[in-house]
Amino acid sequence: MIEQYIMSVFIYVCIYIILTLSLNISLGYTGLINLGHIALFGIGAYSSTLLMMNLDLPFIISFLSAGIITSLFGLLLVFATKKLKGDYFALATLGFSFVIYSLLLNLVGLTRGPLGIPGIPKPSFFGITLTTTFSYLLFAIFITALCVFIIYKIVHSPFGRLLQATRDDEIGLRVLGKNTNLLKYKSMMISAFFAAIAGSLFAHYITFIDPTSFVLHEVILLLTMVIVGGIASFKGSIIAPFIIILIPELLRFLSIPSAILGPMRQIIYAFILLLILYYKPRGLFGRVDLA
Amino acid sequence: MKQNLIKQNLITIKNLKKSFGGINALDNCSLEIKKNKITAIIGPNGSGKSTLFHAISHLISADSGEIYLDENEISPNMPDYWIASLGIARTFQDARLFRNLTIQDHLEIALSQNDDSLLKSLFGKKENFDEKIKEILHLVGLNKPLNTLATDLSYGQRKLLDLAAAIAKPHSIMLLDEPVAGVNPVLRNEIKHILKELHKKGETIVIIEHDMNFIMDLVDYIYVFDYGAVIAEGIPKEIQDNKKVLEAYLGD
Ligand SMILES: Nc1ncnc2c1ncn2[C@@H]1O[C@H](COP(=O)(O)OP(=O)(O)OP(=O)(O)O)[C@@H](O)[C@H]1O
Ligand SMILES: [Mg+2]
Repeated sequence: MIEQYIMSVFIYVCIYIILTLSLNISLGYTGLINLGHIALFGIGAYSSTLLMMNLDLPFIISFLSAGIITSLFGLLLVFATKKLKGDYFALATLGFSFVIYSLLLNLVGLTRGPLGIPGIPKPSFFGITLTTTFSYLLFAIFITALCVFIIYKIVHSPFGRLLQATRDDEIGLRVLGKNTNLLKYKSMMISAFFAAIAGSLFAHYITFIDPTSFVLHEVILLLTMVIVGGIASFKGSIIAPFIIILIPELLRFLSIPSAILGPMRQIIYAFILLLILYYKPRGLFGRVDLA
Repeated sequence: MKQNLIKQNLITIKNLKKSFGGINALDNCSLEIKKNKITAIIGPNGSGKSTLFHAISHLISADSGEIYLDENEISPNMPDYWIASLGIARTFQDARLFRNLTIQDHLEIALSQNDDSLLKSLFGKKENFDEKIKEILHLVGLNKPLNTLATDLSYGQRKLLDLAAAIAKPHSIMLLDEPVAGVNPVLRNEIKHILKELHKKGETIVIIEHDMNFIMDLVDYIYVFDYGAVIAEGIPKEIQDNKKVLEAYLGD
């Protein structure tokens, strides 16, 4: 039983590594204050689920299509707000989260609204179905490693460097002949694609999703991970999810009643965040200076 | 005849107007930038010099008037990055650098033509600019390690990196907005030397500068701005003795 529990914690760590890295693409590397990432995560989870359950598509197809659909939502988000800068863009992405949440809640015909969708099938491919937690953990590790590799390649490429230049001085980059709007669209699409991969990994693991998993305040946890790891820090995005997820999980072993456990967890997040902001404002591994 | 004149010009500005609220930053401004020459724009604070550069590079849109690059009128709707890719390189009064990127990053970004494509960036042949970068840094005399972050550079070094990036960016003309403002006298002379070198190579340069002494033995032609319009023009000698110019400067 305890092994099951530990494995499941590590599956969450995998999901959050992909989420943190993908959020860092838009937020950290490109400087788009994207507070809508949790909505993109939700769109990914729902897309993959619905494609597989309603259209009977194979898992791999649903999984990848969810990425593509979600990246189109990411494009929509950044295209619709292209005239907005900084804080206003942040507010718009916040609005996007609300809209997606209420759509998930109210498009009952499609999403079953507050009832959620139970019985999401486990991934299967090449005649194998991932029924055990262990097999799912292996799958999650494999997908995470693949995502880490691809995102590493992207952010360390000349293209990734242009994303950072967009963050540091957009006008300065435009006068060098680079279309920063297009760079932002691409950044957001990539960011959304990987958010969807995480969403799909989440949905097919817990096999039940409802809108509450994707409410706005969930984004706080994600932002905490990005900030603790460091803005635009690749290493930080991988290590922070371990810290942020594992520390509160350790509480379970102190036989604390579950009524206290929930709030306690929030307090710990807040505490870690405050410590980091006070002692290491750029995060554990961050070096980016956002003056 | 008129057509011929335009042919020698790299940039031709006709009756450019731009007002901010009640202020006419550019007021029927007309001028011509000749190929392979250094042209200076001088004038008191707030006379519209930077606004002219912003209008040419479409960072602001002029209210009316025409801008020609070579013989072609630039459409007012053309986006700024597109203007840049037509061959206009520029610097800013306050250097606009990417604070978390290195010297090498800056120059590679300026030199590269296809880094904005993700696919080319991931799977294409890696572009090698090492020789070019060495050459440009040698020219501007910025001898710091290539991996120095922009944020760690001194004021003067930032000016040099900004200039280096403008040189690196493929261009047919360079617009330099006060490249020596706030720079110590030694570096001032070095920058003057760099500009003379560029002149020798046949570059077309427009330079905004307050200090008459700096430009007297450097430039081929001078436009004097006041209240957004050209109040005098000529070769340095003519400007030196021009009454109107002295009034514009001293009258303030
Ligand atoms: N974005 C803006 N909004 C409002 N007013 C502006 C703006 N940009 C410039 N101005 C005004 O337009 C006028 C011309 O400004 P500009 O910066 O072109 O002058 P300048 O000749 O470059 O001066 P300086 O030598 O101080 O750099 C000034 O009165 C300035 O206050
Ligand atoms: Mg100015």
